[in-house]
Amino acid sequence: MIWVIALMVIIMLAGAITVLFVESHVSAIAATSAVSLALSVLFVILQAPDVAMTEAVVGSGLSTVILALALFRINKKHGKQPSEQNDA
Amino acid sequence: MRNVSALVFASGLAFLLLVITWQFVVGGAPMLIGEAILQQGADKIGSANLVTSVVLGYRGIDTLGEIAILFTASTATSLVLSSLSAKTSSSKKVVIRDDGTILASSASLFFPLLITLGMYIILHGHLTPGGGFQGGVILAAAFFLPLLAVPGRGVNHSGLALVEGFAGASFIIIGIIALFQGNAFLQPFFGHGEMGSLVSAGTLPLLYTAVGLKVGAELSGLLANLAEIGEIVPESTDLQASSMQTESNGS
Amino acid sequence: MTTDLIHWLLYGGAMGLIVIGIVGVVTLNNIFRIVLALAIAEAGANLLLVIAGYRFDAIAPILTGSSANQLMVDPVPQAMVLTSIVIGVGIQALALALVVKVYQNYKTLDIGEIHQQLSTDIDNSSGVISLLSSEQPAGERPLPEPSAQHETAQLNQGGDK
Repeated sequence: MIWVIALMVIIMLAGAITVLFVESHVSAIAATSAVSLALSVLFVILQAPDVAMTEAVVGSGLSTVILALALFRINKKHGKQPSEQNDA
Repeated sequence: MRNVSALVFASGLAFLLLVITWQFVVGGAPMLIGEAILQQGADKIGSANLVTSVVLGYRGIDTLGEIAILFTASTATSLVLSSLSAKTSSSKKVVIRDDGTILASSASLFFPLLITLGMYIILHGHLTPGGGFQGGVILAAAFFLPLLAVPGRGVNHSGLALVEGFAGASFIIIGIIALFQGNAFLQPFFGHGEMGSLVSAGTLPLLYTAVGLKVGAELSGLLANLAEIGEIVPESTDLQASSMQTESNGS
Repeated sequence: MTTDLIHWLLYGGAMGLIVIGIVGVVTLNNIFRIVLALAIAEAGANLLLVIAGYRFDAIAPILTGSSANQLMVDPVPQAMVLTSIVIGVGIQALALALVVKVYQNYKTLDIGEIHQQLSTDIDNSSGVISLLSSEQPAGERPLPEPSAQHETAQLNQGGDK
């Protein structure tokens, strides 16, 4: 059990750090989704199945779709410029 | 310079949070309210899933406020996005575009399955993990899938608003009926039934159905707005719409 | 020993998510990434709430036939987190709509450029010469008041001619 917790915490923190430092926006969205997925596994271990279901459906499903749609809408106007001029 | 100050701030924050963490306990929560709810919840509410009895029974007004926040956020999103899509709508062609056979046929295959799953999760919210929020999100995904396959088809925003308003009003009306029966607002009535059967726990399944329909309608409208899928254009008002467009082009 | 380790893993995960999210909000320059960092901080807060209601050797708060006299975890934090997650996605959608709107008006996602253009726009619309412009030479910086500065600028232009 403790190995599962350790693995999930490591995946979660690594995904969160990836969001801050990765170049492309699409990878950042995927990393956010991975953070939510690992978090929902932790919720199952913590005996919270309701919260785990919500996190899996909302956090790694719907929220990813919303982020991807917004990114698509930003990119559509001017080609692929904003994904290249990134944060420092 | 800005990064250095940000790092100093972050390390200070991490240190403070670690000091707080040192004093927390894990695995031995001091449950004062929770213990009482665990003791009495089965007799007073009659729902097998105690989280549901907290969400709708003990803290029903919280859920009402949460629905109001979600409604506000969804309305504000459509307001912000529609003001800019009105400018670009004149140049947008209303063409039924087909994004491929595989996507379209799998969308029509998954649509009934997702509807069934969503309704199952909503209706069994008082027995098993799940409920109105999760099932509502699945319903929104089910209605968004055909729009993703055929984006030019449009979405019936007035129908969505009708479902949303009806669900929100029925949530409040159930609460007010409880008031007229001499109970507190949103207190479950109709008797408890046999715990574990589908018809049990008083009004909780009705309330969760209302929550699920409302969340599903709001989120599918929000997704359609973000994906720039326009309103369904009926045949009769087509001329009016085109004349309005030419007016806006002229001005 | 195992209890201590689980304690530090769980709380370290939750606090780590909160700290990473707040650091992202403070340091990142791209407003789209700031929305992502906000979502991560929110996930950490949710995890912290659920950990606060956890008990060892307890089962999920769902009554079945075989769960007569067993310990159960606290249902109240779980109900709070349940609503918090759904509110979070609504707020995220609103923030993204504002990001799209800002990008359509200013054609950039960089927060410094947005701030500069915004203050220039506000100054122009109120009829004041912009004080925040980085293109303005530093020699003219000690300026008394906007109106007086306007006159001196005109005087300087006249003197050049």
